[in-house]
Amino acid sequence: MEQAVPRFATGVRLRHDKVRDAWVLLAPERLFQPDDHAIAVLQLVDGTRSAGSIIDELARRYEAPREEIARDVLAMFDDLAGRGLIRR
Amino acid sequence: MSLAAGSIAPPMALLAELTHRCPLQCPYCSNPLELDRMAAELEADVWKRVLDQAAALGVLQVHFSGGEPLLRRDLEELVRHARSLDLYTNLITSGVTLTEARLASLIEAGLDHVQLSLQDVAAENADRIGGLKGGHRRKLDVARMIAAADLALTLNFVVHRQNVANVPEMIELAAALGARRVEIAHTQYYGWGLLNRDALLPSAEQLHVATAAVEAGQSRHAGRMVIDYVTPDYHATQPKPCMGGWARRFINITPSGRALPCHAAETIRTLRFPSVQDMPLAEIWEGSEAFNRFRGIGWMPEPCRGCPMKEEDWGGCRCQALALLGDAAATDPVCTRSPRHDAVQLALAASTAPAPEFAYRRNPR
Repeated sequence: MEQAVPRFATGVRLRHDKVRDAWVLLAPERLFQPDDHAIAVLQLVDGTRSAGSIIDELARRYEAPREEIARDVLAMFDDLAGRGLIRR
Repeated sequence: MSLAAGSIAPPMALLAELTHRCPLQCPYCSNPLELDRMAAELEADVWKRVLDQAAALGVLQVHFSGGEPLLRRDLEELVRHARSLDLYTNLITSGVTLTEARLASLIEAGLDHVQLSLQDVAAENADRIGGLKGGHRRKLDVARMIAAADLALTLNFVVHRQNVANVPEMIELAAALGARRVEIAHTQYYGWGLLNRDALLPSAEQLHVATAAVEAGQSRHAGRMVIDYVTPDYHATQPKPCMGGWARRFINITPSGRALPCHAAETIRTLRFPSVQDMPLAEIWEGSEAFNRFRGIGWMPEPCRGCPMKEEDWGGCRCQALALLGDAAATDPVCTRSPRHDAVQLALAASTAPAPEFAYRRNPR
């Protein structure tokens, strides 16, 4: 799963909401306000980075054990894929 | 009306009803019984100003709807403008007038998503319900065209006693057409739907079967297609949090520019709804009497006032309280705690009697 390159599904966009000073994930007739942890992951989803390289980057940034980050990030991608928000 | 600045959360979404004109005549149309005429429709420049104000106020998603929004030749211009403001753009359409060229120009303008309505799975009944011969076949072609263009597509089936048995086939059709999302939405009983309620309201047994079919579909298509389900609240024991609460998340703008907290709000004739031609959207949202009348919990009667659910269901639906009880400020009678819950029971009694003929929605003159 780490080799897969996640990208937002068609019709899904991450944007900053100036009025609420928050990031929002916009999707077909749905709207999500992810927590800070999820936003840090989503901001690295650019259609070119693999899940593995996203995990590397976050492990470096937070100086956290890679296995822990990997577990969280892969679980999050599974969840988002299940809800049709990202594709891999 | 004085409310401390910043105490009112900004709206999330704007429903822009660009026109009430439509090639279809669905007997459950969400438009009001009194339709706006073409001559009264707002011009593109006014809509653009409304979009500017909406984005500044905090709106994130714009639903271009109608009637049939494709009948507006300036739709692309409005989509492009909304995208320039970073708004998420959704087109809610019957699809029957959509051509390849028009679709290409909407995609080029930045359209994010299309919600396409279907009336049933087989042409004969679908065309009878929509009141347009050949409509269903055309819609299937349009669905394939949208999917082939890799534009995000939701198929919307409004269900009722005259098509609800086909929910399993609806879900399979949506999957076969390449939809990423399908809505199985039970008819809501306002306006035309209320007028045709005895021809539309399903029995408890029909509802039970449909709900089981949706749940089966959800597990069968998990991870590939999202299936959203809107239940008919007449059969519920607790009211729905209508629109997420009066003036909490949504603004609806009618073709002629009246701003409403929901599309049926004008049935409440004691309220005067301001026009975007006379008042900026922020002032309408925060300061107008109509938007503040049922906002929050201060307006609530008992049993809502003392109810632990009051900030979850927001007292249910004001238009439904008006339609069934003649009082928009009453507890939604769907709630079993309402002293007038019998009004819903009475309506349900008709759901097992033979269905009367449809009263079709006609176009505004």
